[in-house]
Amino acid sequence: MESLIGLLVGAPLLGAAVLLCGGRRLDRTGHWLGTLLAAASFVVGLLLFADMLGKDTEQRAMHQHLFSWIPVADFQADVGFQLDQLSMTFVLLISGVGTLIHVYSIGYMEHDERRRRFFGYLNLFLAAMLLLVLADNYLLLYVGWEGVGLASYLLIGFWQHKPSAATAAKKAFLVNRVGDVGLSIAIMLMFTTFGTFAFEPVLESTGETSEGKLTAIGLMLLLAACGKSAQVPLQSWLGDAMEGPTPVSALIHAATMVTAGVYLITRSGEIFNAAPDAQLVVVTVGAVTLLFGAIVGCAKDDIKKALAGSTMSQIGYMMLAAGLGPIGYAFAIMHLVTHGFFKAGLFLGAGSVMHGMNDEVDMRKYGGLRKHMPVTFVTFGLGYLAIIGFPGLSGFFSKDQIIEAAFAKGGTQGWILGTCALLGAAITAYYMTRVMLLTFFGEKRWDPAETHPHESPRTMTIPMIVLAFGSVFAGGYFKLNENFVHWLEPVTEFEHGHPPMSAATVTAATVVALLIGVTGAWFQYGRRPVPVVAPRGSLLTRAARRDLLQDDLNHVVLVKGGEHLTRGLVYLDHKLVDGVVNGTAASFGGLSGRVRRVQNGFVRSYAVSMFGGAAVLVAATLLMRAV
Amino acid sequence: MSFPLLTVTALVPAVGAVATAAMPAARRSAAKWLALSVSLVTLGLAAAVLVRFDPGGARYQLTESRPWIAEFGVRYELGVDGIGAVLVALTALLVPFILLAGWHDADEEAGGDKPGRRWRPTQGFFALILAVEAMVVISFLATDVFLFYIFFEAMLIPMYFLIGGFGDRAHEHGEEEASRQRSYAAVKFLLYNLAGGLIMLAAVIGLYAVTADQLGEGTFSLQAITEARASGELEMATNTERLLFLGFFFAFAVKAPLFPLHTWLPNAMGEATAPVAVLITAVVDKVGTFAMLRYCLGLFPEASEWATPVVLVLALISIIYGALVAVGQRDMKRLIAYASISHFGFIILGVFAMTSQGHSGATLYMVNHGISTAALMLVAGFLITRRGSRLIADYGGVQKVAPVLAGAFLVGGLATLSLPGLAPFISEFLVLVGTFSRYPVVGVIAAATIVLAALYVLVLYQRTMTGPVKEGVKGMPDLRVRELAVVTPLIALLIFLGVFPKPLTDIVNPAVEHTLSDVEKHDPAPDVEAAK
Repeated sequence: MESLIGLLVGAPLLGAAVLLCGGRRLDRTGHWLGTLLAAASFVVGLLLFADMLGKDTEQRAMHQHLFSWIPVADFQADVGFQLDQLSMTFVLLISGVGTLIHVYSIGYMEHDERRRRFFGYLNLFLAAMLLLVLADNYLLLYVGWEGVGLASYLLIGFWQHKPSAATAAKKAFLVNRVGDVGLSIAIMLMFTTFGTFAFEPVLESTGETSEGKLTAIGLMLLLAACGKSAQVPLQSWLGDAMEGPTPVSALIHAATMVTAGVYLITRSGEIFNAAPDAQLVVVTVGAVTLLFGAIVGCAKDDIKKALAGSTMSQIGYMMLAAGLGPIGYAFAIMHLVTHGFFKAGLFLGAGSVMHGMNDEVDMRKYGGLRKHMPVTFVTFGLGYLAIIGFPGLSGFFSKDQIIEAAFAKGGTQGWILGTCALLGAAITAYYMTRVMLLTFFGEKRWDPAETHPHESPRTMTIPMIVLAFGSVFAGGYFKLNENFVHWLEPVTEFEHGHPPMSAATVTAATVVALLIGVTGAWFQYGRRPVPVVAPRGSLLTRAARRDLLQDDLNHVVLVKGGEHLTRGLVYLDHKLVDGVVNGTAASFGGLSGRVRRVQNGFVRSYAVSMFGGAAVLVAATLLMRAV
Repeated sequence: MSFPLLTVTALVPAVGAVATAAMPAARRSAAKWLALSVSLVTLGLAAAVLVRFDPGGARYQLTESRPWIAEFGVRYELGVDGIGAVLVALTALLVPFILLAGWHDADEEAGGDKPGRRWRPTQGFFALILAVEAMVVISFLATDVFLFYIFFEAMLIPMYFLIGGFGDRAHEHGEEEASRQRSYAAVKFLLYNLAGGLIMLAAVIGLYAVTADQLGEGTFSLQAITEARASGELEMATNTERLLFLGFFFAFAVKAPLFPLHTWLPNAMGEATAPVAVLITAVVDKVGTFAMLRYCLGLFPEASEWATPVVLVLALISIIYGALVAVGQRDMKRLIAYASISHFGFIILGVFAMTSQGHSGATLYMVNHGISTAALMLVAGFLITRRGSRLIADYGGVQKVAPVLAGAFLVGGLATLSLPGLAPFISEFLVLVGTFSRYPVVGVIAAATIVLAALYVLVLYQRTMTGPVKEGVKGMPDLRVRELAVVTPLIALLIFLGVFPKPLTDIVNPAVEHTLSDVEKHDPAPDVEAAK
């Protein structure tokens, strides 16, 4: 069975190669080929999953060593795969949701003349993402890590004739590169500390080095995770990334790629477990981001940007859980999977709405759409109930566990984290209810003469229905008999957390938070008519619309500052460095004078003198030989 | 006596150059095909060198040795080690693409197909490129310091004419200004490198004096000197060694080029045609970094160690400064030139880190940078030929009208920013790891610059390829067959060497071990093992 692992990556990679190099011939069939290969990857994933279930829990990890990649003395990087329960979870999520989104895109991108290329990029993304979660060492993971970054760059900028899309794509890549610096340094530290950067030997020998080294490695890994998973302070790219086509937002910027940071931290669990300071930073980043994203999500009128804020916030929950150590890893991944279902579903719903509304994204120009798009309404509604944690749905089980685990961290830290998580739950309920009300309820705020909202074609609605199923039932199934925790336990370990209050109290508090959020939103957006033009809003609202001014800061410090710096350096290079070097040379041999003279038309004479010099040299040599 | 493969490898392009130059004025096309065939034969010979080379064998192989100027102990000595072998292969590989890309670059000087003209620029252009190839190849193969020096200097002459005589006609201030700038660039190139070369000459003579003094008989033989050093027969006084080192290093640092001696490169690469720019940065400049590894470290190990702190700082400055200045460029060829300065900083960092990863990384970096810059620069050249401008601001939306060209440009760009999966990533990461393991702070600072590389590449791509289609870009044709024939193999190679670089590392690693034993350095052991 091990030999099948390579196929998981190989099938979509083949698709990408064929679709991107194949030329116009494939325009009419390319999307089917892309979808088929994504599905092939999923089927292989299912086969391997079935095989894995047949084995003892401790014997489930599979390895496939392909070849020696970069061998230089002690530095031995291999291309090899490792498929354990953690990777398996991701493989099924990535290839499953990925296939659904391929199907959805067939309809969504139908009128785009570059659809073949779009599917090529999607396939490329799948291949890179699967490589990321299947690699058995950090350097190979890095290849997948940047590969998904590349696919994300290409897909955000897919409509690159729009300058905003091209800029957003560039920004995403650059911010991610900042994170990549962290990953590079982490790998280098591992190499100098352990002499290797393969998962098994590194993670098994964490006990042999100092806590300081592990903390440094952990923090560098966290930097990488912050970039990829849009966590504060590297979150600024995700909102802009919504410039990409909606299926991309669903697959890459909601369900899979942005969760890679959580994977990285969970995978490196042994490092973080032995470095409490690094863990503290992880939970802090998670808590801050879950609130940051939620607040931003409340203020956005663009449906996709509101959802993007929400994604940031939900990944904040996962980060928080992952930072808690063995009491949280399983829940981080469980929330990651349920979030994969409901957030992908929500994005696809948003895409379906836009599809029917002439690509309008401003929710203030929606309203009352439930009658026109019943399937979208129901599936989106189920996703909505799941994300706010409505009791019994997926999000309820996964989020509740995280809040409980946060309290269980103990002490003041536990209380702070738990409260943040609860507060986040209330705000989540608020902004999602706002989205729901603005879009599907209330009066229509669009012009029926110009806009004819309609339900989307079958290829789009079926994936939405499937994801809605997941949004409803996945959490319950995972929670049943602690299925999910037992499944992951051999990889991530598991400890029961003990919150300072009973589990029922936490659940009750979560439900209360939810009710507060929903009611608040209903008072503001359900009871009163919604103005089509956004009111000026409070200081906080205005700041939140601008992503809490973080972008403005970036602009002033990095963009403007950087422009001045580079311009200044260009000037200096020309005037100072060139001038000083020429000047120094001049004081020896009159170089600059000659350069100037040459510019006045003495080129040929100089060439002649140079040849003359060479001739003299040769003559002298010959003469010396003669004597 | 066995077949002198190395001599033949260098001689074929040299003879080819003469033959091409001798073609009659009317036979322009035949001259081009002749030059291309010669370069392909050279490529075959270089491949034969790679095949015949046994990585597990002696340090220098396929050696040839003959007395030349007996009075000075100068010998015609050739030999190839793993590092030289891959660089000869790189040179032989790139030249056919350079010729093919520059197929029409000298047509205009010839003034069309008018019969009876005596000036034969097309023949000259192709012959000069082959001449450079021959000289570069022999620099990589020479194991006699004087022999190396002669060709290290001599290649300036054809390069001077290539830059000054066949420049890029696309200039924002008109043809006359272009011609002035071209002359300036050519002379600047010449003077900078000549100055470096003269100082090196003094050091070469000094080295002779030292060996004559201590060994009784002066020699320029690299092997003889290294062996004498190792056995203790030759012991240079500290100050002498340092002075000699500086003489050599200065010449190589001009050629490489290292901050602050870099300012000739943007002029030269900007004004030369794109293929010649590739010849400068991807081929000729590599002799500089190669020579640091072979001659500075091999002949003057103690002085190299003495100079390391300063060199590392200069390399770091080159890396950061080159990248930042690249971001601010308005001219895409100058942008690529500054990017190269940044990359040369990485190579020099790897050389002076003096670890296995640093040295193997630096060697692979030379190869990979050659291929990636060739891909990026040649596509830029195709673009410039179409629009007649080097200014980034004159482009926009190319992706819409010429998607294949834009795609190739992007791949070249991604290789330049060392995207994992493409060849340059491997060399860059090896250099970083090799540096980090000995000098963690330097390694961390260098690692942080990968953000800047992404910045200049993506800004360039965004401004030229995306956005609304600009006026002059409309109707621009996509890549033609000849251009595809240039780009496709380069891209394929970037991917192949990114996925499977083992054939190269297998050849390079043993050579690197020899170099490290010259400087008597060992890789730092990982903490966990060191603790045991």
